[in-house]
Amino acid sequence: MTKYDAIVVGAGHNGLANAAYLAKAGLKVVVLEKNPWIGGAAVSREIQDGWIYSNCSYVCSLLRPEIFRDLDLSRHGLQIVPYGGGVTCTSSGDILGNYTDHDVQRREFARHNARDGDAYHRYSTDVMRQCRFIRPLLLRTPPDPTSFRVRDIREMVYLSREFAKLGEQVIYDTIRFYTMSIADFLGEYFESDLVKAHLSGSGIIGTALGVYSPGTAYVLLHHYMGEVDGSSGAWGFARGGMGAVSKALASSFKSFGGEIRTDCDVDQLVVRGGKVRGVALANGDEVHADIVVSNLDPKRTFTKLVNEKDLDPAFVERARNFKIRGSSGKLNIALDGLPTFPALGPDNPLRFGDMHFIDSLERLERAYDDWKNGTWSKDPYLDLLIPSMTDPTMAPPGKHFMSVFVQYVPPKIHGRDWTDADRDAFRDTVVEQIARHSPDFKQLVRHIEVRTPRELENEVGLTEGNIFQGELTMDQLLFNRPFPGYAQYRGPVKGLYMCGSGTHPGGGVMAAPGANAAREILLDLRKPNTVPEGWTDD
Amino acid sequence: MKPEMNHKLHFRTAVYQTPFHPRTSALNVLNEWHRWKDYTTADAYFDETLEYAAIRNACAVFDLTPMTKHRITGPDALAFLNRLVTRDVAKIKPGRVGYCVWCDDNGQVIDDGTIFHLRPGDYRLCSQERQLDWLARSARGFDVSIVEDTHDVAALAFQGPTTCAVLKKMGLAGVEKLTPFGIGFFPFAGGELMVSRTGFTGDLGYELWIEPGRALALWDALFAAGADHGIRPMGTHALEVSRIEAGFVQAGVDFLPADAAVRIDRTRSPFELDLGRLVDFTKPVFTGRRALLEEQRRGSRYRLVKLDVEGNKLARSSYIYDRARNVVGTVTSAVWSPAAKTNIALASLKMPWGRPGDELWAEIYYQRELQWAKVMARCRVIEGAFFDPPRRRATPPADF
Ligand SMILES: Cc1cc2nc3c(=O)[nH]c(=O)nc-3n(C[C@H](O)[C@H](O)[C@H](O)COP(=O)(O)OP(=O)(O)OC[C@H]3O[C@@H](n4cnc5c(N)ncnc54)[C@H](O)[C@@H]3O)c2cc1C
Repeated sequence: MTKYDAIVVGAGHNGLANAAYLAKAGLKVVVLEKNPWIGGAAVSREIQDGWIYSNCSYVCSLLRPEIFRDLDLSRHGLQIVPYGGGVTCTSSGDILGNYTDHDVQRREFARHNARDGDAYHRYSTDVMRQCRFIRPLLLRTPPDPTSFRVRDIREMVYLSREFAKLGEQVIYDTIRFYTMSIADFLGEYFESDLVKAHLSGSGIIGTALGVYSPGTAYVLLHHYMGEVDGSSGAWGFARGGMGAVSKALASSFKSFGGEIRTDCDVDQLVVRGGKVRGVALANGDEVHADIVVSNLDPKRTFTKLVNEKDLDPAFVERARNFKIRGSSGKLNIALDGLPTFPALGPDNPLRFGDMHFIDSLERLERAYDDWKNGTWSKDPYLDLLIPSMTDPTMAPPGKHFMSVFVQYVPPKIHGRDWTDADRDAFRDTVVEQIARHSPDFKQLVRHIEVRTPRELENEVGLTEGNIFQGELTMDQLLFNRPFPGYAQYRGPVKGLYMCGSGTHPGGGVMAAPGANAAREILLDLRKPNTVPEGWTDD
Repeated sequence: MKPEMNHKLHFRTAVYQTPFHPRTSALNVLNEWHRWKDYTTADAYFDETLEYAAIRNACAVFDLTPMTKHRITGPDALAFLNRLVTRDVAKIKPGRVGYCVWCDDNGQVIDDGTIFHLRPGDYRLCSQERQLDWLARSARGFDVSIVEDTHDVAALAFQGPTTCAVLKKMGLAGVEKLTPFGIGFFPFAGGELMVSRTGFTGDLGYELWIEPGRALALWDALFAAGADHGIRPMGTHALEVSRIEAGFVQAGVDFLPADAAVRIDRTRSPFELDLGRLVDFTKPVFTGRRALLEEQRRGSRYRLVKLDVEGNKLARSSYIYDRARNVVGTVTSAVWSPAAKTNIALASLKMPWGRPGDELWAEIYYQRELQWAKVMARCRVIEGAFFDPPRRRATPPADF
């Protein structure tokens, strides 16, 4: 039986990025994926003939450009196409458009509140300042603030210096920002409830917190810190759906001699003498390597993959307490034609962008109340896009693919498991909200794939269906992600590493956790580093 | 007419036409336009060199409508403005205009602009950037109304030595009595025309303000009266040459508005823009006062200087070096001055450089027939405007 230098468990995009960097450094690497397909939550699947669904993630911005270039993803077929702007349709038939053009956008905000039109400028400057602080940290391993190793001290010094560069006032702002609610943050800039409702969506996506919960301002930043071709905060489609990202990473990995095995459910980590020896598959086979990298979320890794008896009790407790609450769902819809949205009209360019239907903070908070009460939001926040309007590969000509992300959806219904009847009722709630804004929508529906946290957990392996592999709150960010003392991608057993979104810098299709983990593994192996570090702007 | 933008379908017209567009578009034979906030505006009409020449030799008309305008009224209008800007607004009497800057709490310039004291207690603030957010935030506690009325006022800059003669010919009785920074109101086409003796060219000139419905009538009357006085339309390029000759700074070009600075060290104080004369510490309170006092005590970080650059190659975006070849600053605006027949530049230099007599060098990259070359050109710091004709101040102005 062949022995590998490293096994990566899970062919999510981070597992693939990790594997690519290890293979690039000359290691013999195999990726083991339980599903018949690769990609995890960055996947495209043809569930309806002729329709490609981005089944989970659907838009791209966070993918680090340094990795894109370094792994030659363009040559491996990846193309990111920007889409423009977004819009909130109000219950009275009006809209708030977030146009890409600066002046049009200002006029649109001013149409709802004269002052808010001008305030957007200050808002985006301040958010940009926070982005500039966080971006250099994405492709860096967080230092351990309690360790006194030279490297950690050096990194702490670097961090403090970057922090000091912000200036006194901005430091205060930054500390507040990381602990604020998105509603409070937006309240410092805007008066219009509609404007605030529109912008706050990014603060709650994927997060089991409400617009008034502390910590949601950071979640907004997490959605702004990306870019498309240097256009900060811009989002785009991966041509061919989000699976194109995983496909390109896999192709890059293979070009370095890597091997991927699908339909390969890993049951257990094999630990002998306190060291990792490989993994045991569900079918009873074993695969051997002294390094095993887990792409699974930390909770799953340490409560399922690793036998808890191989771990210290305190560590097991941390893993069990890791905050990974499911709060999102998704509808993927095949359409026989393009639905109309009368509030937008036939020629509004925002039809190509993201659409939302919740027009007040109050409604957003009520949506969160439903989640707390153990049910999906009866008036949910939707992030709706029709990628096929931009990407011709997604559906046959004249037909369309609609991606509808839904917040909030709980992992359990009143404490019990989801049933198929629940799932259908959830689907109907979402469909009705869309139909209220698009009269011809329902009759165009050909097929709907419904994803509740149950489906997300069963299929992608995201515990509780949490899309980020763990909440993005201060207690689980930077050197606290996933747990204090374990933020440098090393597990508690020698030879075990973590590379999924549950590690720094967190969720989203970013590939940074995978790349950062590879850097650490190569360091332990005393191999030359193949992973880009820092960032390319100034 | 006033373009209607305050409706849901405004996106269909991303860029609007000013009320003068029927005339400006007919004259813009080059079809050269660029965007100025909500409007399209001419870069040049027929020949930017000749358009510039009209400013200095006869008279030229520039469509100023897109300039941001705010109307400030109410019992506390004066108190509010005095809180906002660094100079003493009480000294701007009704019928007068004052150039001013306003700062953030750190004494960094947010924008520069002009305050028009239209009638007692009734002010107009013109600025480069939209300011409603800052004005509203600054107005807390003041009984004042602030309305942005950019689109309610059509405006022309009318600049050059024959302008007064043309306005007189147009029938604006007594316009010659306006002193620099004076405002006059004249009946026009059944309405009212406001004329201010202001401008961005450093020459004799006026700005004409009118309700959009009468904009075309104004244009036509002006061109009819100016026909024998060399009237020409001018675009942004010609204006830019005269602006630099006059030594005026421009937001977004010579300094970064403080509220747009992501990198906090990129901003400038009034002193660092050579606008210290606009800071009046005898006022007990105004935004940025404490920080500016502190700057006076500790010293400024930068200095904005006017440079006379040896040779004829434009020092656009050049690095400025000291004698020891250390970079001490950069050029923010540069142009060949046809009026002064000098190669000129505005530059932001690190302190203490920029004293008269300092030895400074500009690193200039230039192209001749597609081939790039580089020179180091000696620069001389000069004081006062590059071009400052006495006619700019003469009252009454001569006819040419
Ligand atoms: C519905 C949804 C919408 C989202 N929308 C966006 C978006 O628009 N933009 C964005 O940037 N991010 C989005 N995200 C977040 C983003 O998709 C994820 O954070 C990211 O894809 C996670 O990647 P990963 O590689 O870390 O882990 P995963 O994608 O979770 O990969 C883990 C892999 O491990 C495999 N696996 C699990 N258990 C085993 C086992 N026992 N044996 C073998 N293999 C196993 C899984 O099948 C999977 O392939 C979304 C996520 C979801 C769920």
